[in-house]
Amino acid sequence: MAEFIAYLIAGIATGAIYALAAIGFTLVWQTSQTINFAQGEFVMLPAVLVLLAIKLLGAPIWLGALIGIAAFILIFGVGFKLTVVDPMIKHGVLPLAIATMALSIIMKESAKDGFSAEAQNFPSFVPSQTIQVFGASISLQHLAIIAVAFAVIGALQWFVGGTRLGRQMQATAQNPTVARILGIPVERMVLLTFVINAALAVVASVLISPIYLAKFSNGEVIGLFAFIAAIVGGFNQVRGALVGGLIVGIVDSMAAAYISTQYRLAVPLVLLVVVILLKPEGLMGRKEERRV
Amino acid sequence: MKKHWIIAAALTAGLGLPALAQDKVKLVDVIELSGPGATSGTNWKSGVDLAVAEINAKGGILGKQIEIVHYDTQSNPGNTRAAVQRAIDEGTYAVLGPVFSGPIGASMQIAQRAEIAQIVGGEAAGLTKQGNQYLFRTSLSQTAAMPKIANYLKNTVKAGSVAVVWVNNDFGKGGRDAILPELEKAGIKVAVDVATEQGQADFAADAIKIKNANADAVFVYLNEEESARFLRAAKQQGITKPLIGETTLLGAKVIELAGDAANGVKGHVGLSIDAPIPAFQEFGKKFIAKFNYTPDHNGLKGYMAVYMVKWATEKQKKFDRKGVADTLRGATIKPSEEPGILIETTIEQNGDLDRESFLAEVINGKQVINATLPKLKP
Repeated sequence: MAEFIAYLIAGIATGAIYALAAIGFTLVWQTSQTINFAQGEFVMLPAVLVLLAIKLLGAPIWLGALIGIAAFILIFGVGFKLTVVDPMIKHGVLPLAIATMALSIIMKESAKDGFSAEAQNFPSFVPSQTIQVFGASISLQHLAIIAVAFAVIGALQWFVGGTRLGRQMQATAQNPTVARILGIPVERMVLLTFVINAALAVVASVLISPIYLAKFSNGEVIGLFAFIAAIVGGFNQVRGALVGGLIVGIVDSMAAAYISTQYRLAVPLVLLVVVILLKPEGLMGRKEERRV
Repeated sequence: MKKHWIIAAALTAGLGLPALAQDKVKLVDVIELSGPGATSGTNWKSGVDLAVAEINAKGGILGKQIEIVHYDTQSNPGNTRAAVQRAIDEGTYAVLGPVFSGPIGASMQIAQRAEIAQIVGGEAAGLTKQGNQYLFRTSLSQTAAMPKIANYLKNTVKAGSVAVVWVNNDFGKGGRDAILPELEKAGIKVAVDVATEQGQADFAADAIKIKNANADAVFVYLNEEESARFLRAAKQQGITKPLIGETTLLGAKVIELAGDAANGVKGHVGLSIDAPIPAFQEFGKKFIAKFNYTPDHNGLKGYMAVYMVKWATEKQKKFDRKGVADTLRGATIKPSEEPGILIETTIEQNGDLDRESFLAEVINGKQVINATLPKLKP
């Protein structure tokens, strides 16, 4: 039992990271009806920028973190929307999706060439200790990941559902034309969505990099699993992304523990196939219809 | 008249070009500069560059300057094959690298067919069992290292049972296949046998599994970055049993990446700048001064690879590609003959090495050598 709890907590911690990235997929989908194939790199890059700021400016960790995170939100929140999404969306969803694929490669290779191809140590704000829960040793780092990720997701849910700005953002996501008629500054709301996506990616990056180490290729795994999580949970629902992320994280941990590490990547993919066959809109997703 | 002068000058220049080219000997280094092997490959490349710079500064090999070219394999066997073929097509004198055993296995037949020496950093036991007369190691084979580790586990750690965690690639599988019979011979039970993936990021589940196996010690056989991630996960899960490994577990990069989690790790080390050999320490100083980071065993291996080529060429007193392999095979290179080799090294007929090695421990973020182990055939 203790062993199972340990695997479960480890799975929830990893799943919380996937959930943060999967929510990013959902937000971009809701506002631009496209898939950001650079989402994994969005989680990889903030850690690299933080380390770069520390290295280049000789800044202390806290200042390096602030500079790196601000630079990321500015460039890949605001900049992503203005320079990639806005020009490409006019030509349809497919060109935009392809543009994000190109962006993914550019981000990855730039991190490799501009920083390092090797993994780098990333500071952890939580000590590497364990506490005993029902006989299981639980890592404080995993508990911190779960606590921070859930707090951030909770805050996002409150913001979207409980504030005027959030409701405007939601209205924009549901129907931009009607939102515009109602006087909602649609462009500003869409921009806000992209900034929130970048901020979520930053949180995921800072939480996971002390464990994964900062490396240019980290986005490959995170992007893939978050994508699976978003589909499993329901691509058009923030709650779905959360549930999908947790399920994928737990399934991954249990697969490594009770099936085989060698097949662990296949297990979430099998889960994805099963969900698509049984509930194509995802576990928490809603059906969308389009009329031609 | 002026036209004739121009033609004459052009012909002279044209004839002069090959003459200039002949003043150089080309070495192509096929190495992992990105992908999962980036840490190992970067160290190896720096070691190669340091050796080339030193040799060129002293007049080159038999008066020829070394022209070094590095090709990034991205740790991919297919890319490695293509890079080795390209190196041969471009007239390399010998092939240096790669470090990862899988890409070596995928590319070694190309150099063999061309009858060109390939000097590699791989440790997988199977590499030198294939009768390739042109493949040479720069590190001890797993066949040589694993009996020393089993002996250490039995006599020093006094382990009755061991959890084995290994990376599921040619390197890791070779190590696992080499350690298991040695453990059995030593009467040590394998409590759990955990395979992990190359490039794996999350080791939490593996660490939990190993902790719950409750073995007397854990034998860790992973590549550098994965070793660091595993050590961090082991610390997070509160594994307190001795963590024992081979060279890759105690390398400088692993210690840097794992931080506190590396403290207390012990094992067998083939090459180390912390070894009580002045030539290694001198190499370490030069390396750090040039590249501003501490080299691991791969830095030493890359450095020695170039000096192996130099030694073989000077021994045969001519540039003969095939002759490099013929000269290296069965040779013992002493630092008194070639200081760049750093430690007396015997190259066996199959390309394996025999030389002294070390037992080490990580204390306060530094590798400390506890003992020097003799050559297998002194």
